[in-house]
Amino acid sequence: MKLHDVLSIIDGKAISKNIDLDREVQMGCGSDLMSDVLAFTCEGTLMMTGLTNPQAVRTAELAGIAAIVFVRGKLPPPETVALAEVKGIPLLASKYTMFETCGRLYQAGLPGCGLFEITLRQWHLTFENSAKG
Amino acid sequence: MEKKPIQEVTKLQELTYELTVGHAMSPKVITVSSQDTMAQFREVLRVNRISGTPVVEDGEMVGVVSIEDLIKALATGELNAIVGDKMCQHVETLYADEPLVRAVDKFARFKFGRFPVVDRDGHLVGIITQGNIMHTLLRRLEVDYREEGIHRYRASHIFEDIIADEAALVFGYRIIGRDFDRAGAASGNLKTTLSRLGFNPRIIRRVAIATYEGEINIVVYTNGGEIVAEVRPDRIHIEVLDNGPGIPDVDLAMQPGYSTAPDWVREMGFGAGMGLPNIKACSDQMKLESTVGVGTRLEITIYADETGEHGRREG
Repeated sequence: MKLHDVLSIIDGKAISKNIDLDREVQMGCGSDLMSDVLAFTCEGTLMMTGLTNPQAVRTAELAGIAAIVFVRGKLPPPETVALAEVKGIPLLASKYTMFETCGRLYQAGLPGCGLFEITLRQWHLTFENSAKG
Repeated sequence: MEKKPIQEVTKLQELTYELTVGHAMSPKVITVSSQDTMAQFREVLRVNRISGTPVVEDGEMVGVVSIEDLIKALATGELNAIVGDKMCQHVETLYADEPLVRAVDKFARFKFGRFPVVDRDGHLVGIITQGNIMHTLLRRLEVDYREEGIHRYRASHIFEDIIADEAALVFGYRIIGRDFDRAGAASGNLKTTLSRLGFNPRIIRRVAIATYEGEINIVVYTNGGEIVAEVRPDRIHIEVLDNGPGIPDVDLAMQPGYSTAPDWVREMGFGAGMGLPNIKACSDQMKLESTVGVGTRLEITIYADETGEHGRREG
């Protein structure tokens, strides 16, 4: 899915100037917790978040996030926009809530990032073993 | 000095052959009906901040109407005339799969402000202005420039040039405590450096994430520390060191979801108790030593010859 598709699906706007709306995103994630973004995404993910401080951009840079969508109509402060410019990470805005922004994209065919071992280890320990016992 | 502008022009010319009209066009086309009045057309221009549109009748494109037609209609007081009578019926179009240079030629030949873009079946798929072309070329030049930058710095051959039984490059980064604005800058610099050294992007991503979580811990809990990366062709070893307060119960700190972070850290998007488990998930080896009142030493090893996905992702 390309960024201009994303914008039309979520009825959103581009915050950054001169962004490449042909950039592809492979999958999506939604979180206000940056550690969760680092743990539960892959390269080329589109990140939905309500966190507008520069750490959102740092996280995107380090986790190889393709673009950021700020949800609930929240707009990032100038220092976040400036850092994104330097790091080449497109910033988009959605007036919808996290749930609805993600839901629209998922419905339009943008998949999630799948399941991760870090989750499943704990899951199996808690549920699968106790079910047997 | 004389040569440089000529080279730039050549590069631009090259790009106009490489890119297609489809690359540069705007895929969102605003149209008016031939039965609309010129007054309605004026509103369309004003609301969308454009200077012309294709005219459509029963789904077929029958003409193009521009701000010049509107000015003429204004001058003769014909704002209530229908667009169909005032439009230009002679429509010049471009194909989306044509090289961009065709569009450049056409703009030079016809003095039109825009051309509708059609696919090979004649369906309207976009519209192109000279502004679109300019914008696309500039953006492409910027991308090429960036890639060239990476290429110029690529030092992946450096290990091949070193004659030794073992070779390692060591990079050190100083981290300032409580300075959240700069948290992540060191990890970003390490990531860029590893890219220039030509490591596999997936390996770099794991190093970047593990280092970033370590850097965040230094910024949040201590007055400062350092990150030392020892890079060898087959593995990257990272030490995250601080003289901070230390971790009282390392086993507890390793549990996903356990956190002692204050509220201000949570407001910054961290402190959810995923940092150390996340570092572990990214590492091939991880060692955490901490003494309360003395400091913490975190050692991470990630091997460069990754096969498969390191089990990070299931399925």
